[in-house]
Amino acid sequence: MSIQELGTEQAVELITCVIDGFEVTVPKGTLVIRAAEKLGIQIPRFCDHPLLAPAGACRQCLVDIEINGRAFPKPQASCTIPVENGMIVKTQLTSAVADKAQKGVMELLLINHPLDCPVCDKGGECPLQNQAMSSGRSESRFEGVKRTFEKPVAISSQVLLDRERCVLCARCTRFSEQIAGDPFITLNERGALQQVGIYEDEPFDSYYSGNTVQICPVGALTGTSYRFRARPFDLVSTNSACEHCASGCSMRTDVRRGKTLRRLAGEDADVNEEWNCDKGRWAFKYEVSKNRITVPMIRDASGQLQETSWPEALAAAASGLKNARAGVLVGGRATVEDAYGYSKFARVALGTNNIDFRARSHSSEELDFLASAPLNATYKDIDKADQVVLISFEPEDESPIVFLRIYKQTHKRAIKVTSIAPFASRGTQKLNAKLIKTATGNEVAAISTLSGLTAKSVILVGERATETTGALSAVIKLVNDSGAKLGWIPRRAGEKGAIAAGALPNLLPGNRPITDASARVDIATAWNIDSLPSEVGMSSTEIINSDLQAVLIGGVDPMDISSDAKVKLAKKFVVSLEIRQSDITDIASVVLPVAAVVEKSGSFMDWQGSARNFEAAVEQSLNRSDVRILSMLADEIGKPINLATVKSARNEFESIGNWDGSKNSMKPVAAASVINASGDEAVLNSWRNLLDKGSMQDGEDNLAGTARKSIVVISSARAKTLGVSENDLVRVSNEYGAITLPCSINDIEDSSVWLPRNSQSSQLIRNLGTVSNSIVKVAKA
Amino acid sequence: MSKLTPVLSAHWDEADSFTIAGYKRNGGYSAVAKALAMAPDELIQLVKDSGLRGRGGAGFPTGSKWGFIPQGDNKEHYFVVNADESEPGTCKDTPLMMANPHVLIEGVIIGSYAIRANYAFIYIRGEVTHVVRRVQQAIEDAYAAGLLGKNILGKGFDLELVLHVGAGAYICGEETALLDSLEGFRGQPRLRPPFPAIAGLYAKPTVVNNVESVASVPAIVNNGVAWFNAMGTEKSKGFTLYSLSGHVNNPGQFEAPLGITLRELLEISGGVRSGHKLKFWTPGGSSTPIFTDAHLDVPLDYEGVSAAGSMLGTKALQIFDETTCVVRAVLRWTEFYKHESCGKCTPCREGTWWLVQVLKDLEAGKGTEADLDKLLDLCDNIMGRSFCALADGAASPIISSLKYFRQEYLDHLSAGRCPFDPIASTLFATAGAK
Amino acid sequence: MAFKPEQISIMDSIIARYPRKRSAIMPLLHYVQSIDGYVTNEGIELIGEKLELATAEVTAVSTFYTQYKSKPVGEYHVGICTNTLCAVMGGDMIFDAVKEHLGIENDGVTNDGKVSVEHIECNAACDYAPVVMVNWEFYDNQTVQSVKDLVDGARNGNPPAPTRGPKTLRTWKQNSAVLAGISDGLANEGLQAGEPTLLGLKKVKGGA
Repeated sequence: MSIQELGTEQAVELITCVIDGFEVTVPKGTLVIRAAEKLGIQIPRFCDHPLLAPAGACRQCLVDIEINGRAFPKPQASCTIPVENGMIVKTQLTSAVADKAQKGVMELLLINHPLDCPVCDKGGECPLQNQAMSSGRSESRFEGVKRTFEKPVAISSQVLLDRERCVLCARCTRFSEQIAGDPFITLNERGALQQVGIYEDEPFDSYYSGNTVQICPVGALTGTSYRFRARPFDLVSTNSACEHCASGCSMRTDVRRGKTLRRLAGEDADVNEEWNCDKGRWAFKYEVSKNRITVPMIRDASGQLQETSWPEALAAAASGLKNARAGVLVGGRATVEDAYGYSKFARVALGTNNIDFRARSHSSEELDFLASAPLNATYKDIDKADQVVLISFEPEDESPIVFLRIYKQTHKRAIKVTSIAPFASRGTQKLNAKLIKTATGNEVAAISTLSGLTAKSVILVGERATETTGALSAVIKLVNDSGAKLGWIPRRAGEKGAIAAGALPNLLPGNRPITDASARVDIATAWNIDSLPSEVGMSSTEIINSDLQAVLIGGVDPMDISSDAKVKLAKKFVVSLEIRQSDITDIASVVLPVAAVVEKSGSFMDWQGSARNFEAAVEQSLNRSDVRILSMLADEIGKPINLATVKSARNEFESIGNWDGSKNSMKPVAAASVINASGDEAVLNSWRNLLDKGSMQDGEDNLAGTARKSIVVISSARAKTLGVSENDLVRVSNEYGAITLPCSINDIEDSSVWLPRNSQSSQLIRNLGTVSNSIVKVAKA
Repeated sequence: MSKLTPVLSAHWDEADSFTIAGYKRNGGYSAVAKALAMAPDELIQLVKDSGLRGRGGAGFPTGSKWGFIPQGDNKEHYFVVNADESEPGTCKDTPLMMANPHVLIEGVIIGSYAIRANYAFIYIRGEVTHVVRRVQQAIEDAYAAGLLGKNILGKGFDLELVLHVGAGAYICGEETALLDSLEGFRGQPRLRPPFPAIAGLYAKPTVVNNVESVASVPAIVNNGVAWFNAMGTEKSKGFTLYSLSGHVNNPGQFEAPLGITLRELLEISGGVRSGHKLKFWTPGGSSTPIFTDAHLDVPLDYEGVSAAGSMLGTKALQIFDETTCVVRAVLRWTEFYKHESCGKCTPCREGTWWLVQVLKDLEAGKGTEADLDKLLDLCDNIMGRSFCALADGAASPIISSLKYFRQEYLDHLSAGRCPFDPIASTLFATAGAK
Repeated sequence: MAFKPEQISIMDSIIARYPRKRSAIMPLLHYVQSIDGYVTNEGIELIGEKLELATAEVTAVSTFYTQYKSKPVGEYHVGICTNTLCAVMGGDMIFDAVKEHLGIENDGVTNDGKVSVEHIECNAACDYAPVVMVNWEFYDNQTVQSVKDLVDGARNGNPPAPTRGPKTLRTWKQNSAVLAGISDGLANEGLQAGEPTLLGLKKVKGGA
């Protein structure tokens, strides 16, 4: 347990002990090795990790200990022993016995370790290398035969194992079992032949496998994509925030000569602790993958995009937007600063509230929910929760660090988890969650069955709740009735920030209701303009379906919204701010290149509402953040927004602050009637797997190699009716199109079917024109 | 008059000694009736007062172990018998279970009742099929006789007893490794604390006792503390099984009061192999530092052996005469520890790997005197540095052999080979090799 | 090979012995060996399914214990103790002679699949040294010739009886079932104890 963890909440008993002659006072339960850290005394270690249960396996951290005058007869592993009052610890600094013990262990660790540091990825940042220098002998006395293994072994497409380098600290296996719940790598064999391994050819199939590479204290586990790519001392590291989801991971981005070579999980005890998911770690090549746009473009008379200068492009964009009835589609991936830029641009430069960040299913009920719901849950509430309820939310797929946090508590305290979902996903099973088997569309009834929630309970709702009319209203009722904490967890990293920035038709920055005159005055004053449009604007779908003449579009994939969005948008004057060629640049009249996340600074707001700031990792990029482009464009239009830098946008946004006036309470929406499927029909259910065809995973095949395979989930009754067994091909179709995939027979409603929303061979909007809560036909293929 | 005191072995010479009928004929299961009429705490006190100490090697007082189990904690308790007899030289529990499994079961019932356990396990090593048969049959017969299961002897005590068969891992004789193995994991030792008495099997209070310790309980219950105390020495009470093996004329099991000497046992049994003389021996298995003919009169009790620089261990007296190469003997033990190291901790896993290589060279006469110092220094870096005692056991024969037979190591180096004839040490050397 | 329904129900009964099902992994692995002769992938996958464990977790356990074999052994698996005491007293010679006699190495199997050889560690019968185990039955006080006769007999389908064990030697698979806790009804066969076991008692009784 970390000191930090113990330091929370209730008064903690303090213990004072002496280490190397210095007194130190720490919370009860603190391990000797960490109490020493507090004094700045570093005891060498390999197996010790503050977030894993102590193993005491490597024996590198041996120290001499006496308690109240009674000395332990032999050196003790300081990573396994909690401090006690009256304890006197002598580390390698003050005890010859401890020093010899440590040197002895180090020598033993090295006898079978290959001397391949010059070609090892870990060389230069290797705890074994470093500690061998600080705590080892200068010469080896080992003259025998070293243990050899075949190397490397691919334990998945993205992780390679060099068993010869392994010091068997069991960090990776403990992580997989204790933190991720994916015990697919284990210690096998025994004694000197003990080795990390997988079963036969069953890969290390975990969304979190990259963490094992990061915590490996030697070069035994390496990432396929980074192998042999760089030396650590050639890399420039920048603290960053993950752009892939709303979990909010702190990250580190390592760049060499303008190119991102790897990303690592950063440390933040309040958010991701020291972990991240494989998508966050390895999906960064999209920024440099093909189709990158680096110069502005204007569509010429023949319909071709032609590269042009910034002044020309800005002038063309301005002339199309100026005086037009226009809307703004922000997308869910914008930084807070960029979203604020879009928000201000819509109101000031375009004079409209037609702005919406939601590039996914959405509803007016959701709009009302987002403007009014008391979203107060945090990671810490999960840590203390008596139970967690998941509604239309698959944390492992849709917010993987939230999953880890819940898993931690199920692992530690066996807390109750309930999931309202069509079937028990692997994540649900890992959480040992109670499933309330619910087809999309039936959530309202399912929510009404929940009971026993208290003020210590945490309800986590996913963005898919909007797909069932009345579900979000039912959630609010549940919260009001139980006093439970509520979190709404969208998938994308930019959504929470976009809400706060006012990138919605009914909200101004700082969650100010657009319909509230004093809220409008607040903002008009801050922006130094006379007035703001007072009508609630159009949603994304309304903008697309409207007769608006012009649309300014950030990073939006029209296929995330509807199958016909592209066609409809093509009829309008579209200004596209993009990093890569896309369906939107295909139809845009003007294309303005913007910076990818690594090239800019900014912040995301995680699902808790906390800002996750980051600086540009690639500093020499010429690409600019959206907000700078928007500011230039507003100047061109003649209605300046004065946000020339990310910093100015951040300062202005922060100075505006949050709305302290009254919030409208949500107007409850009744449940819609449930659609019924019969015979060969089924109600469509889906969500996005963590690893799928998402455009930000482009260019990383090793990562894609660990994506879960696309399947159709059907009930055993339907399987029987269809005459299919596990893995047989099943065809799911509607009037729009069809998908054929192997089936997986699971405990799902007989009248339901589930497919991944955007995976290989299963891109629902593209293939079926719908994502959920609609009727499809299911047949044997 | 013989100093031997057959108690456990008293009826082993009866052909049906292993059956429930044979056991009952000699008073078997009378102690259970007595015990179930007592309060559990009385039983714990009785065993404490008897001074019975663990016969599996460590010599921890059995009654104290029972007394550590928290009572009234509303948790399940477990009683586990360590029948994973695997320490080289040790061969007492196996013949005991083959000849009389019921005495063990009777001890299990009494022990479980005392610590308020309703579930008990016998963890037996897997390499002894016929012993497995015998114990399994005995358990089935005990169930059929109403001695296991619900409401034992109508006294309202319930006990399930399961025989769990190991699969070849010396380390599972270490009680926490045994528990991990019994839970279905790799048999690697656990961090202590928590100790098994607080969080043992399935994290519930658990007693783990050696076969011989548990089997000794019925006799104590039947005959009382005074009877038991009358045998043995001041701090090592009672009788125990001494296993004599190796270069002796008559190897076998000898049940005697603690404190008997090897000289006495050799006299009783018929001495060292005729025509040969004692060179070195282990008092309690290969993990206990070796002794020489200078230690013939060391009292074989916990204190006596300890004072002479070794450990009583399992009382496995492996006798080697002058035909035996001590370097070869030590190398072979070291190979055993390397094979049986669980792999969890560095000193044991890597240390035994290295020790074997050094000793192989030395046995082949390769190396210099400096290698002996390196060997000792390696032992110093392994002993007391590892997670459990396995590596201490690995270092013991090396350190002790260098203490008594350093010259023999040097003789290998000066000869450039092992100076011993391996045939001379075999049984066939006298029995006629073919 | 696929497991039969009656075999699956035996596995269920093994699981039912324990308060927590994971504890059944060791007897289940013995049981798989009694069907397949060694720990097959089918066996691992079935155990994983039965105990709700990842196959990797089952492998982690099966590879830890030396009695679980990852490839087939002989119908008669011969273990020769070469721990110090037995080795010194003749185990080493027996081991070398038997390997040469059969033309196989340690852990090897004869071509007819009848006999495999492995050097084993101390088998708790030191007073009967040198000790050889066949399918984990005791063959006490062995000599080079007695073990050659033993393996020849085994290859001819006529192995001698164990010294302390049932009247006839059972096969590897049959004995694996016993280790899985499935009774073969042979507990009453064989000696209650060998001579060395009784030596101390006889000294007392006979005064010899």
